[in-house]
Amino acid sequence: MNLDIFLQQLVNGASLGSMYALIAIGYTMVYGVLRLINFAHGDIMMVGAFLTFFATSAGIPFEVAVLIGIVGSAIIGILTDKIAYKPLRDAPKISLLITAIGISFFLENLFTVLFGSTPKAFKAPEYLTKIFHLGNIYLPISVIIIPTVTLLILAIVLWILYKTKYGMAIRALAFDIQTVKLMGIDADRIIMIVFMIGSALAAIGGVFYAVSYPSIDPLMGIIVGLKAFAAAVLGGIGSVGGAVVGGFILGFTEIFVVAMFPELGGYKDAFAFFFLILVLLFKPTGIMGQDLERGRF
Amino acid sequence: MNDPILKIENITMQFGGVTAIKELSFEVKRGQIYGLIGPNGAGKTTIFNIITGNLTPTKGFVFFENEDITGTKPNKVVYKGIARTFQNIRLFKSMSVLENILIGFDAQANYSYFEAILRLPRFFQKEKEIRQKADELLKIFGIEEFANTNATALSYGNQRKVEIARALATNPKLLLLDEPAAGMNPNETAELSEIIHKIKKDFDLTILLIEHDMKFVNAMCDKLTVLDYGAKIFEGKPADAIVNEKVISAYLGDFNHA
Amino acid sequence: MKKIVRNIVLIVATLLFILYAQKHFDSYTLSILNNIAIFAILALSYNLINGVTGQFSLEPNGFVAIGAYFTAILLLPADTKVDMFALVDPAPIILQMKAQFLPAIIIGGIAASLVALLLSFPVFRVRGDYLAIVTLGFGFIIRIFAINNPAYTNGAMGLNDIPSNANFIWIGSIALLTFIVMLHIIYSKFGRAMKSVRDDEDAATAMGINTFKIKTYAFMTSAFFEGLGGGLLASMLTTITPDQFSFLLTFQLLIIIVLGGLGSMSGALIATILVMGGMEWLRFLDDNIILFGKDFGAHPGIRMVVFSILLIIMMLFARKGILGDKELFDYFKKKSK
Repeated sequence: MNLDIFLQQLVNGASLGSMYALIAIGYTMVYGVLRLINFAHGDIMMVGAFLTFFATSAGIPFEVAVLIGIVGSAIIGILTDKIAYKPLRDAPKISLLITAIGISFFLENLFTVLFGSTPKAFKAPEYLTKIFHLGNIYLPISVIIIPTVTLLILAIVLWILYKTKYGMAIRALAFDIQTVKLMGIDADRIIMIVFMIGSALAAIGGVFYAVSYPSIDPLMGIIVGLKAFAAAVLGGIGSVGGAVVGGFILGFTEIFVVAMFPELGGYKDAFAFFFLILVLLFKPTGIMGQDLERGRF
Repeated sequence: MNDPILKIENITMQFGGVTAIKELSFEVKRGQIYGLIGPNGAGKTTIFNIITGNLTPTKGFVFFENEDITGTKPNKVVYKGIARTFQNIRLFKSMSVLENILIGFDAQANYSYFEAILRLPRFFQKEKEIRQKADELLKIFGIEEFANTNATALSYGNQRKVEIARALATNPKLLLLDEPAAGMNPNETAELSEIIHKIKKDFDLTILLIEHDMKFVNAMCDKLTVLDYGAKIFEGKPADAIVNEKVISAYLGDFNHA
Repeated sequence: MKKIVRNIVLIVATLLFILYAQKHFDSYTLSILNNIAIFAILALSYNLINGVTGQFSLEPNGFVAIGAYFTAILLLPADTKVDMFALVDPAPIILQMKAQFLPAIIIGGIAASLVALLLSFPVFRVRGDYLAIVTLGFGFIIRIFAINNPAYTNGAMGLNDIPSNANFIWIGSIALLTFIVMLHIIYSKFGRAMKSVRDDEDAATAMGINTFKIKTYAFMTSAFFEGLGGGLLASMLTTITPDQFSFLLTFQLLIIIVLGGLGSMSGALIATILVMGGMEWLRFLDDNIILFGKDFGAHPGIRMVVFSILLIIMMLFARKGILGDKELFDYFKKKSK
């Protein structure tokens, strides 16, 4: 592989990794505070993309549409918790997991009913899709923008987690929810914030996805969601940094393996699954290795 | 034959920056009722968890019948002959009293998966055997009438009996009781005391128990160790413990910062 | 003694019904009965790992696919395979694989349970939480494998002209057999151990139960019967494609076992009939909707929207389902001696 192609794949990998990272953060944060795998999270990504799509189709300028997508997704995320997860806080774990599947299925079918199952073309503004070239490589500018924006967002999230009161509460909740409640902190409000942040990030991931692969369909959240969760486990479930690390590792792996071994192309969606199995077999706490019984972000 | 059945040797347990147990050693002789007491948070349940293999100590050893069982997995520890009850009664909520106790007899019902599915003779034979043994236990504890009742429907005192019966079903040599008298009224406590003495005799047990209730401890224990902040501050007879200065201040301190 | 007589009577009555139905019912009714019976097999087995052992898994579509493919390949004669495999030539071993009907479906079941054994190691050793995600991913991987290995599976085109030995006598009897096997497991020390793992895994371990072994037993048993059901499905439908074994199948089974009561085998049977009936009845929702004289067009997916809402409502308000975790027989038992 010559340098040009290597660089090209590098940025492609970074771009894909960013999307996985953004979605993985939501999974890891919810798992951290609730010990729940929120199956509906991948579908939130789809919701974000579709809300944005719907808004742009209605003539709303792109930037505002994205905002609508983000806010809408955050609201749906919060509603999901309030309506379906909160009433089951003290129920056996399996009830929560079943409900999460129910929500996931509900969102997928609702959006199928609303928008149809055929993929829709997502029109991103020119400044995102313009192709520029560097030497021999031709790249859409989004491939640079996405990782940059993602790292910015990550910095903001880490700032929230480590430098604000709410962030500290979130980390405390991941550590020991009983004690936090006993100290008078409104755990439900903190959990709501977690869902808000996670869903907003997933929506951004969804918009990035839609810009990069300009077609969206109601089932797009499933596979991406699954892979993002695998990335979160790979990086160390419960750790935001780990989610990002896992996301990028997965993104780079998918791009580079297929670039070097094109015959494996059909299997690229399976890499995440293999990472998952490997992690569980050899290092269940993941790369950043937090033992969640002493959970930390 | 005079070897201690249980030997705790220099156990230290650290969780991150916190030292829960500090170089603890004590021995339990066969046939004793040995007490482990101390204020809340002194590390008593932690020691239980170390003995049963739920926790691996940072340093130190657990010897059972002269065998090093430090860090042995909990379900294997049961096969060695150690059974336990929990501080906050952990019965199987969906199952009846009888079914809870039958779980304790799981190892003795040695028929295979296929023998169960095909309903071969050995299945019927072994099931009959453990049912009979379970019935005997129910009689000893006086709870036969509740055999088919859901375990959670019983009074607290009776649930505690079921838990002890279930542990007894595993045919242990050493029984670990974690605050067995907690939440009981004086009548229930007296009854429990009688039952523990009886099963110790009938089943040739050694008993290690964690307790708060000093009256109960006094009545029950041959010897005890007092823990405070994870370290041993006294070992000896209950009568001597009550008048020991260190013990008194540990408990008084407990009242102050409880 | 009374119980044994009752059981034998029920079994014989069911077998007689199966024979009668096969002989006298029309093919439409028989196809409905066959569908219900196969779903019953799948629901009963799914109930064992999810409801009885309390391990949340999303495996059925994956194991059903494995059973279906193994059985189909074993049943198809070599010449048919040579003609059918359009993308590439079938691999030699595919041509050699051949078996009679019963061995074929049993091998399908065994193949599925061996895969389950492999999955047990990474998952049950660690956190049970991950079982759901791993099995969900596994379902997708199976599809990827099927599509990317045309020499073994004929890729996306799937397999057709599968010999249809599966009639209601086979399917009905196997459904009955599955039910009996499940009850035998539940009313044994293994069923008790599985329930103890569900109720309180740490306490079960403290009583000497090897929880890893028990979970693996349950998982492999579920996989076996799901694979068996897959084989029956392949023979009944005579055509299978990778896309048939999607998450929708698992979701339907999930609704069934929740409705019936997680852990109740008789509940699962009743719920199978109700849900399959409901799916048929609500089919009209996916067709053109004409309300107040206005045609709103067809919006496929409404039916599943309704079912997902149903599931969510059940989890919020009626988590125990119809029979809770008890069997129908337990409700007729006298309280105590």
